[in-house]
Amino acid sequence: MRTTIRMTATVLAFAASVASAQTTAITGATVHTVGPEGTLENATIVIENGRIAEVGTGIQVPVGAEVIDASGKIITPGLFSAMGQIGLSEVGAVTGTNDAVQRGDDFSAGFDVADAYNRRSVVIPISRIDGITRALIAPRAGRPDEQGNSSRVLSGLASVVQLGDSGDYLTRHGVAVVANLGEAGSAVAAGSRAAAIQELRAALADALDYRRNKAAYERGDWREYSVSTADLEALISVVEGDRSMIFAANRASDIEIVIKLASEFGLSAIIIGGAEAWMLAHELAAANVSVIIDGTANLPGNFDRINARLETGGILAAAGVRVAFGAGAQTHQARNITQSAGNAVANGMDWDAALEAITLAPAEMYGVDGEVGSIEPGKSADLIIWGADPLELTSYPEQVFIQGESIPLESRQTLLRDRYLQTDTVQPPAFRH
Amino acid sequence: MKILRITVLPLSLLFLLAACEQGADSDGAAPWSSRYTPLPSVATILQGATVLTGTGERIDNADVVMDGGKIIAVGPGLDAGSMTVVDAGGMWITPGVIDVHSHLGVYPSPQVNAHSDGNEATAPNTAEVWAEHSVWPQDPGFVAALAGGVTSMQILPGSANLFGGRGVTLKNVPGQSVQEMMFPGAPHGLKMACGENPKRVYGSRGTSPSTRMGNVAGYRSAWIAADDYRKKLAAAEKGRGEAPLRDLQLETLAGVLDGEILVHNHCYRADEMAVMIDIAKEFDYKISAFHHAVEAYKVADMLRENDICAAIWADWYGFKMEAFDGIRENAAILDRAGTCTVMHSDSAIGIQRLNQESAKVIGAAAKVGIDIAPERAVRWFTSNAAKALGIDGVTGSLEPGKMADVTVWSGNPFSVYTKAERVYIDGALVYDRQNPDVNPVTDFSLGTSALHGGAQ
Repeated sequence: MRTTIRMTATVLAFAASVASAQTTAITGATVHTVGPEGTLENATIVIENGRIAEVGTGIQVPVGAEVIDASGKIITPGLFSAMGQIGLSEVGAVTGTNDAVQRGDDFSAGFDVADAYNRRSVVIPISRIDGITRALIAPRAGRPDEQGNSSRVLSGLASVVQLGDSGDYLTRHGVAVVANLGEAGSAVAAGSRAAAIQELRAALADALDYRRNKAAYERGDWREYSVSTADLEALISVVEGDRSMIFAANRASDIEIVIKLASEFGLSAIIIGGAEAWMLAHELAAANVSVIIDGTANLPGNFDRINARLETGGILAAAGVRVAFGAGAQTHQARNITQSAGNAVANGMDWDAALEAITLAPAEMYGVDGEVGSIEPGKSADLIIWGADPLELTSYPEQVFIQGESIPLESRQTLLRDRYLQTDTVQPPAFRH
Repeated sequence: MKILRITVLPLSLLFLLAACEQGADSDGAAPWSSRYTPLPSVATILQGATVLTGTGERIDNADVVMDGGKIIAVGPGLDAGSMTVVDAGGMWITPGVIDVHSHLGVYPSPQVNAHSDGNEATAPNTAEVWAEHSVWPQDPGFVAALAGGVTSMQILPGSANLFGGRGVTLKNVPGQSVQEMMFPGAPHGLKMACGENPKRVYGSRGTSPSTRMGNVAGYRSAWIAADDYRKKLAAAEKGRGEAPLRDLQLETLAGVLDGEILVHNHCYRADEMAVMIDIAKEFDYKISAFHHAVEAYKVADMLRENDICAAIWADWYGFKMEAFDGIRENAAILDRAGTCTVMHSDSAIGIQRLNQESAKVIGAAAKVGIDIAPERAVRWFTSNAAKALGIDGVTGSLEPGKMADVTVWSGNPFSVYTKAERVYIDGALVYDRQNPDVNPVTDFSLGTSALHGGAQ
């Protein structure tokens, strides 16, 4: 891509934040704003101090701005991985590099994986050069350990991170508590999904009670609770509706319970999995329950997913349900949410809805849509410049901005690639770097 | 070294061979042989498509003629005669997709313990087991794969063991028994596994192997025993000594040494592939393909020189230590080196879109200025896969005389929006996206939305 740089001293007057202190204008591209302005042809985006200052057609490029000519290119918001363990899992089967699963009775809703996050993980450059700029980092249930310690129905707190190199990595801390229902819930409760729901209901009721009687509890003048104080503290925001609850659920009957619990406790509910969610599309829309799905999962992997199908994304979106992708492509393969979205389009989902599902929808689910998710003035400048349709697997980002900074398109994988693309050396590969 | 490759023969001769193979028992089939019969077909011409032949050629606005279960002709402006005409304008036609690494039927959906039949993880050498004895033909995954254009696949045992057992190549047709799905005349595979899995499974039990060197000692000891068994059999045949008691495990290994069974070796790391090649040299057998060859790009030339295919995923990495160095350009580097490159799935979901997995490689290669044309990439899941399975003489490309295993796509198969529209196996229309009522449905899927591979 041709890059023209024109700078003047006036730029320095705006120097402020950790992000790029200068003004950048990206011109000439087709911009999918995923905001109220929809798709703009031959548009200009002005970035100031890491934020989007302006987007539109016929915009004057500010004097002194660095100009990036993106004629013929496509620009989308940065992609948002709605679920996963980026920075919490380096090598799946290498135990010491995994921090998303806790076992035993000590931690539940309050288990906070943000403290384990490794912003230097090799998975981060690999993900962001394919367009992932923000990610939910979430705890999850795992198999019992050798001592028989099991995960809990409530896995803990999830947070949203930005994958850039500068500034605070946390976009928003503690956006959701993760709960395990269905077969996963049964496995960590008393061997029945009913037990998982009972445990969950008790914890939520305790949180409500604790909220009303905190002082008495702290004085020791109140009853015992089913979970620890840390867990109750984590759940207060959930019952107040400020923090979402993510329910791992696939079977239609489990999804019906989620709808019921959401109404009973006033929860902001998100379903992860949702294989049979299409059967309850209108109920989910009416209850304002969001769903994170896998756009390629169409097999009955277990009896919770007997009616899995490829049309789920299209059916849910058409019914007005907020949909994100990330139930399948996660962590190391978070970059493949574009494949999930593309397959959903191939099976009936509107293209714009599919793009929204990997950008704005997860931002809304986690309450960070004021910051990211669409290309609108005031939002953080997370932008991707694509050579072609971003959902096509032959497409790739030509430039990636996170908080206004153009990140290097380099990862451990590109280093390996470049080493082994060379064939004209007599020296062993170890000398090529 | 003798390797069985099926070559293209005149139709009459093929039928004659089939008749000989079938032996003399009452249903006309020898024990454990294929009972596959092609579904009914009519002479058909697919007209006006972009055809990727699987031989590296692309023919625009071309027709494909199928009759008697075979490809008759491929090219522009062919005479339709009295054949059934299918307008394939705007569509693309490729050979049917072939997956060299599937566990459909042995690890079927739903993945309940009662269905977990892919790993006989009770001893490091279980060369005596055959995957076909575990295949559940009612796995809904077969139909889902069909909707992804898959016409043949090799079902392999898992990778817990050094020698996991025999793999079987199937035609992707609905069968009441596995025998009705078996690809006629396809050689058996032998699943071998390098690296982490065998040493973890047995090491954790305090038994051998618990290290990679333990793995290698295990392979070599087994080949020594197989060589001895084979020599005793040969001697007995010549009247020298008594024939040893038939041993299923040694019989499989001897089949490899005789060139009748093809080795499919799960092996991630480049250095381990080099070790396995030395073992093959020591015991004079051939490795047909390294599977999950995540680091094959590091030794592309070595694989080409030893005529070994690299069967890989597009981009799986990071899930275990030996997969840490996986890169999307693996297939691009292999293909550029002239190494037999195969895109495989190892997944009931992945098998449905080997075309999309290949598209990821095309994109990654373009990023570094390597242009991979569709007619080249299509070989990864058609003709190259057929070569790895030893069936390239009869399928895997659109050439006259070959089986009419054909997939018609709604557009360029490397677009994420493209779907398989029609799938022909031996000339029979087995899947038609526009006419779902005639598509197969497994017993398990009755009454569920998985009716048509979840693509209703």
